[in-house]
Amino acid sequence: MRIRISPRDGVPIYLQIVKQVKYLVASGLLAPGDQLPTVRRLASDLLVNPNTVARAYRRLESEGVLVTRRGSGVFVSNAGSPLAGIQKKKILSERIDVLLAEARQMGITLDELVRLLRKRDKNMKKK
Amino acid sequence: MRENVIEVRDLTRRFRTVTALDDVTIEAPRGVVFGLVGENGAGKTTLIKHLLGLLRAKTGSVRVFGLDPVQDPPGVLSRVGYLSEDRDLPDWMRVWELMRYTRAFYPDWDEGYAEELRKTFQLDPEAKIKELSRGQKAHAGLLVALAYRPDLLLLDEPSSGLDPVVRRDILEAIVRTVADEGRTVFFSSHLLDEVERVSDHVAMIHKGSLVLSQSLDAVKEGHRIFVLDFPEPPAEPPRLPGMLSRKGEGREWVLLCRGDPVERKRAAAALGARIVEETIPTLEEIFVARIRGSGF
Repeated sequence: MRIRISPRDGVPIYLQIVKQVKYLVASGLLAPGDQLPTVRRLASDLLVNPNTVARAYRRLESEGVLVTRRGSGVFVSNAGSPLAGIQKKKILSERIDVLLAEARQMGITLDELVRLLRKRDKNMKKK
Repeated sequence: MRENVIEVRDLTRRFRTVTALDDVTIEAPRGVVFGLVGENGAGKTTLIKHLLGLLRAKTGSVRVFGLDPVQDPPGVLSRVGYLSEDRDLPDWMRVWELMRYTRAFYPDWDEGYAEELRKTFQLDPEAKIKELSRGQKAHAGLLVALAYRPDLLLLDEPSSGLDPVVRRDILEAIVRTVADEGRTVFFSSHLLDEVERVSDHVAMIHKGSLVLSQSLDAVKEGHRIFVLDFPEPPAEPPRLPGMLSRKGEGREWVLLCRGDPVERKRAAAALGARIVEETIPTLEEIFVARIRGSGF
């Protein structure tokens, strides 16, 4: 499981873990039923406090992304797929917000931005 | 309620005319990683020496596991794993001799674990301590501090002057120690991103005085960086309550403040500023602002 932590980022570490696990689920790199590393394991791998990992897992569980099966570990929930849809939108929305803010600062209108998006999309399809 | 492994109350320590510790009170509950940060000479080592019973509390009190480390050294030290910056190990010994020697002091010494650590750290049992590199000495010191699975791991600037590989092993030792139920880590460091990674609780010490001692979450929540945009350059540099540092000129100013963010935003609005950005500072930014930015 590829998770990278940056203490220099202003985002609290447990939220960095939450976001990245959601991203892995939404992008399909983690599938429903996949087992996650134990709290201890992930804490040692990431070199962060185990309580921080436990807190991230609890949050992901309360949001329905993960489930704990007693005695066997933590897994990506089966309800993962419908939730992933919402999650995908949420991840994209965050990126779009950044893009919109930058465009506004540069004085680029929404229409121009949409045109640019279409153009980039076309470029990408060519490749 | 969780018991405190470390309890320091109103501890003051003077060396001739210098006040090394000034009325310091801290508590470290069982099962946490407690990070102590401060500049060189701030009093971190003096505090740790009190915890080890190497210095007697003249004013105030020090309790470790509820015991006075000066009155009951075996009761305290048998449960503490200690590693210091200078890693004062007996130079003339070989690695295996150091292991055998240390084992004699600790009934809980786990030979299997010690051997596992020795292999992980790639220490040659026949190597003489004095011939080890800086990093290898740190590894040897860490090995003998960990191999009896102490209830309290006490590290004084453990990462100081070490390369990233050894620093990683030290952080991993910290994480593993608290991952074991009920064990506690107390460590001092000036590497704030390491402290931020692994700590539950952070204490900042400056010129012998405690600047703050809180959970890391509370520390982060209690500070904000605001980027302010004014319609026109203000006549005087802007000032907010709880401000610790300020940079900027003209219309745009960057302020680091402590205290309730909602109130700070209200105060900024009252100055006529628009808040362009609000971020939670890193521990390092908070530390620098707290230590240097007391001029407001």
